[in-house]
Amino acid sequence: MKFLKNPAISFSALMILGIVLDFGFNAYIQLTVLFVLVNCMMAMSLNLVNGYTGQFSLGHAGFMAIGAYFSAYASLNFPVLPGVLSILSFTIYAFIGGGLAALFGYIVGLPSLRLKGDYLAIVTLGFGEIIRVALQNLNFLGGARGISGIPSLPEIRLGGFVLDRFFVSYSFAIFWCLLCFFVIWRLMKSSHGRSFLSVREDEIAAEAMGINTTKTKVRAFVLSSFFAGVAGAMFAHFTNYISPSSFTFLMSVNAIIMVVLGGMGSMSGSVCAALFITILPEALRSLKDFTGVDLRMVIYSLSLILVMLLRPQGMFGEEEITDLWRRYVKRSS
Amino acid sequence: MSNALLEVKNLTMQFGGLKAVDGLSFKVNKGELAGLIGPNGAGKTTVFNMLTGVYLPTMGSVHLEGLVLNGKKPFQISHLGLTRTFQNIRLFKGLSVIENVLIAGHQHVTYGLFNSFFLGPKFRAEENELFNSARELLKLFDLETKENEKAGSLPYGEQRKLEIVRALMTKPKVILLDEPAAGMNHSETHSLMDLIARIRTEFNLTVLLIEHDMKLVMGICENIIVLDHGCKIEEGNPGKIQNSKKVIEAYLGVDEDAAENGRAH
Repeated sequence: MKFLKNPAISFSALMILGIVLDFGFNAYIQLTVLFVLVNCMMAMSLNLVNGYTGQFSLGHAGFMAIGAYFSAYASLNFPVLPGVLSILSFTIYAFIGGGLAALFGYIVGLPSLRLKGDYLAIVTLGFGEIIRVALQNLNFLGGARGISGIPSLPEIRLGGFVLDRFFVSYSFAIFWCLLCFFVIWRLMKSSHGRSFLSVREDEIAAEAMGINTTKTKVRAFVLSSFFAGVAGAMFAHFTNYISPSSFTFLMSVNAIIMVVLGGMGSMSGSVCAALFITILPEALRSLKDFTGVDLRMVIYSLSLILVMLLRPQGMFGEEEITDLWRRYVKRSS
Repeated sequence: MSNALLEVKNLTMQFGGLKAVDGLSFKVNKGELAGLIGPNGAGKTTVFNMLTGVYLPTMGSVHLEGLVLNGKKPFQISHLGLTRTFQNIRLFKGLSVIENVLIAGHQHVTYGLFNSFFLGPKFRAEENELFNSARELLKLFDLETKENEKAGSLPYGEQRKLEIVRALMTKPKVILLDEPAAGMNHSETHSLMDLIARIRTEFNLTVLLIEHDMKLVMGICENIIVLDHGCKIEEGNPGKIQNSKKVIEAYLGVDEDAAENGRAH
């Protein structure tokens, strides 16, 4: 297990997985994998606010929409570099989309993060809906029809060697997911990260110990909305079509389900839950051939209820996969 | 200019129609160990909450080294060197013992967010320093073997101690202890008394404490302020307080027989 600590090895493992997916599987499965990565990022970023900082945000889809719409609009209307370099444009647009989402996160967070618990949830829920309704009425963004024909990431030709669209998209998503993971993971090992935790544990005590709780919460919120925006940009380029109805309240709830199911305050949990939540409904589709009735959502929701009953703290609780491994090694030695 | 480090002038707190604290003035000199006592509901914790910025006083002012603290947020007051412990322990229960202490050291951290992503030399140096001073403090309180345990799982007495450690980690000038000996047995209280006296000299601290345990208060405090119904009724050294008629009346009530006899004669 120690080899997993080597980033080069886990990175190549992810790349090999990409190649296997590229050659061995159909487009439907490939798209599902890309959605897993988008959801991973949504879950990891929301975990920063809901899990680590203990603030209940219900508007994550709103930030995702901002990133998605910016990147979609920019790639259709602004110049995109030719050939291989177009990857760079997509990266920059995703980055700016994330930045724009972060800016909105700051504007929304500054006044509303003084609220606690349910009140904050309602404000962020309202914000998410405002974004959606605003997008519905902005004609230059397609109104309720949304934006279609969003360019996918290009295929790359290096001499006779071709990296196809899926592999490029996959690498693009892996790049952002790893960046998101790395940033949050490093952050939580620093003093700034500990101040996030202190806000979750006891706000009054945190203030008394010299933590500027409002600033801390806004920071978490801004960082989280940045990555939600980037996730939105990825989503836009992977599906080629976005509309306001892609970013409903349900999308935010989905992200929350992932965070809670994985364990509030566990990165491994967020990643595993994103895998579980994205793949399970798709995997259950073929079930209809046997049963004749569509039991997909029934099983999906039952399994959620079961997990929450058996492990109310989520799959991982507050621990990481490395903690579990360490305990396993200790027990077996 | 007096050498008062903490000065409270005409402090008043009104909750609706209730005056929890009424026109309270006192001074705590540098290096002094002062006690704030009074019967239940006298307004002692309210005073602490005003000093640390949790409540905004209705009237009056708080000065730390001549600086007015009114209107400052709790974290700003903590940065200025006034810190506290809580009556009903408020540790970060889900975090480990050392994390609790490290968080209090966050205000002295100067590296930014980006430094923590890239493990810069500044990040490493400051984190090292933070861990070292946290461990040193824990050792002083015999908690060093428990640094990885969850704060919430510590026994009660150690949780109280950990609160003091955490407060010390902010490198305060003044520390306010809200009933540090509550729920402790006789011998624990005794060792706590020694500890408070020791940290005062070792860290060059000024201490103001609220306590119901009179043995502790009378044993270590040099100056005692007695509150009753939000007003200061007496102030002075332990000897003076013990013999004060007003204080005895506040705690035990007026001897009605004696009072009647007094009137009759």
